[in-house]
Amino acid sequence: MTESASPVLALSGIDKGFLGVRALHAAALRLFPGEVHALMGQNGAGKSTLIKVLTGVYRADAGSIRLQGQEVRPRSPLEAQRLGISTVYQEVNLCPNLSLAENIFAGRYPRKGWRIDWARMNRDARELLVHLHLEIDVTRLLSSYPVAVQQMVAIARALSVSAKVLVLDEPTSSLDEEEVRRLFEVLRQLRDEGMAILFVTHFLDQVYALADRITVLRNGELVGEWATRDLPAPALIAAMVGRELAQRRAATPPPQDAGAVEPLLALRGLGRKGLMQPTDLALRPGEVLGLAGLLGSGRTELAQLIFGLKHADRGELRLDDRARNVRSPLDAVGLGMGLMPEDRKTDGIVPELSVRENIILALQARRGMWNRLSGQEQTQLAEQFVRALGIQTADLDTPIGLLSGGNQQKALLARWLATHPRLLILDEPTRGIDVAAKQEIMDEILRLAGEGMAVLFISSEIDEVVRVSHRIAVLRDRRKVGELPAGCQEQDVYHLIAQQP
Amino acid sequence: MTPWHHRLFWPLVTLALLLAVNALFNASFLHVEVRDGHLYGSLLDILKGAAPLMLVSLGMTLVIATRGIDISVGAVVAIAAAVAAWMIGGSLVIHDGVATHVSRFPMWAAIVAVLLVGLLCGAWNGALVAGVGMQPIIATLILMVAGRGVAQLITNGQIITIYYAPYFYLGNGHLAALPFPFLLAMAVFAALALLTRRTALGLFIESVGINPSAAHLAGLPARRITFWVYAFCGLCAGVAGLIVSSTIKSADGNNAGLLMELDAILAVTLGGTALTGGRFSLAGSVIGALIIQTLTYAIYSLGVPPEVNLVVKAGVVFAVMLLQSPEFRRTVAGRVRRAGPPAEAA
Repeated sequence: MTESASPVLALSGIDKGFLGVRALHAAALRLFPGEVHALMGQNGAGKSTLIKVLTGVYRADAGSIRLQGQEVRPRSPLEAQRLGISTVYQEVNLCPNLSLAENIFAGRYPRKGWRIDWARMNRDARELLVHLHLEIDVTRLLSSYPVAVQQMVAIARALSVSAKVLVLDEPTSSLDEEEVRRLFEVLRQLRDEGMAILFVTHFLDQVYALADRITVLRNGELVGEWATRDLPAPALIAAMVGRELAQRRAATPPPQDAGAVEPLLALRGLGRKGLMQPTDLALRPGEVLGLAGLLGSGRTELAQLIFGLKHADRGELRLDDRARNVRSPLDAVGLGMGLMPEDRKTDGIVPELSVRENIILALQARRGMWNRLSGQEQTQLAEQFVRALGIQTADLDTPIGLLSGGNQQKALLARWLATHPRLLILDEPTRGIDVAAKQEIMDEILRLAGEGMAVLFISSEIDEVVRVSHRIAVLRDRRKVGELPAGCQEQDVYHLIAQQP
Repeated sequence: MTPWHHRLFWPLVTLALLLAVNALFNASFLHVEVRDGHLYGSLLDILKGAAPLMLVSLGMTLVIATRGIDISVGAVVAIAAAVAAWMIGGSLVIHDGVATHVSRFPMWAAIVAVLLVGLLCGAWNGALVAGVGMQPIIATLILMVAGRGVAQLITNGQIITIYYAPYFYLGNGHLAALPFPFLLAMAVFAALALLTRRTALGLFIESVGINPSAAHLAGLPARRITFWVYAFCGLCAGVAGLIVSSTIKSADGNNAGLLMELDAILAVTLGGTALTGGRFSLAGSVIGALIIQTLTYAIYSLGVPPEVNLVVKAGVVFAVMLLQSPEFRRTVAGRVRRAGPPAEAA
């Protein structure tokens, strides 16, 4: 990468507003051939909007996009793709019921006369994937492969249109470590072949592992552009949040006197064949219990058993020292539980409904259909949480789907807090949201526990679990392998996970 | 908010246009007169004729809002009409020089039975969709196909004529100068509007329609809601069956409510409720039903040959759908602007 080369893509003076809210103001971005460029910013900083302008999903109100010196104005993702700007989205948007090859060439099937040239399509697809170090059967359905492979297919699709610019929006949020490593290998190879790669992520370590250059946005405006080596992590965070975030560590909560308080929730051998081994667990009011373990260790499954999403076939669940039969979320909500699901898009938000309606939904469910919250009560409640949690939204009637990920997550937290739960289960509450929002949500969790709420905290980021939990239950292969007290180190958790049974 | 951004703006424009076309070709179309203290005229014929479709569309609106569909409503109308005709039947008996109408069962019992049959049909659909987890279109296809057979069984394959005069009031009577069936449909509309907006039912239905999994997780009884929405849709079809059988004074298992499911889906769509579920508009569906009835009326009164009237209807519906599509309007506006005078472009 040389500074003297001219940028393959240059955006300048980009303005974009929605319903009177300014999402971008004079935003700018330069991409050089043969570089990986990280676009950074908090939730709501305008990263997604800028990418959507770049890829033709939105049209800018003002500003110019120059591709190899030529002014372009993509009006649709398809047009952007034809120009050589390809995008791999956060949620892989391919067709699960088509084969890998069909997905790669969708809309551009090679033809032999009037017929589709299947042999050539499959051969070309195989070659593209081999180029990405993936040797697999391209005629099998996309849905039969894990997300990591699907992501590679999305990249292969981008490559097949001979893209000059490849945009990756949070490509790693659903990948495990090994998959991330392989993705990065591929990206480095593509960079060395001269492609310009724009990379959006919330993981700072990944930025430093991969990016050559960083552009930071804040409140829709350009903060600056740096070579990665000139911008150490604290400076990057400061640029993103606009203040010195002095590597704030929530003071590790004081360990509780275990015998002093009766447990609110007690599991006695609770389990289900094929889903979760019988598990013992106790959770006291005011306690944050962390659930740590690798992907597939049974973290989410245990939460589902407790919340009635899956039915236990052995053991018992006791709440207030009484055996309870939780058959559905409806029962769980009635008992004063709340669950923030792992996947906020598919199980959390109701995208077309307003922020207000999304916030009051669980409370309304608990009150029942006949006991409707009046418009005024709804507004009051929603306003209170929007203020308390700092949810950024144009107004309460904005569809929640238009909010950024972190703000959606805060609104979902508000949905449960409105029900005044005694037990709140948080499954990956900080996934896919930025550092500042993460910190705010973790602070909020500790504050709630301080007020006497029992919290079950699930996260694949062990350092987070260690930081907020009073006690940590470690899971492996769908069974509990041990517990650790507050004040333990990340290493202790890894050690317990790695221990041979 | 500007008026053309209101969700009912385009449906109302469509209705106004269709009324204008009718008025243009038929001078007496807008004429309303008072006869025996009741209002009469083409406009009132439309209100009266649209009532069964309005009722079915109201039930269909909620089903569609939950991201479902019910294609059995036409068959349920036929079953309801058959049950009504069989239970009423009726004859004129002159006893001691006094003419009295006699029905096979008391009228109230027949009406209650028809309503129960409608509810039962809907509950069957609801059980298949919410309980068994079948796809709505397949689940309701079963009753759509079987329903006409059931109706034929009830009427023994005959067209049953109804002779019991008091029953005719349901389809042809007047109340406060207005046609009774229209008032009945309006009453159901008002009750439903209150029920969905004054309780949390509307919010629950929309949540289930947009994201069933999130609704379930938030503690909503998603299955129960789905079940009752289908059951209610069946009930609405039952009421429509009562009106239809009363209006035509007979029950025809083959033709009663024929293709009504499609008209109802169309009415809901014309009214601005998307087939993808979620946000719904009951008022929109009522207007949609009026649009369809006005269109049917126009086709007949303009003397369109019966062989082609479905084609004409399809053509108009196509045009209306385009008119109501924001994407289409934007594209056309774009074309017009680009083709406009250069002064504007500069």
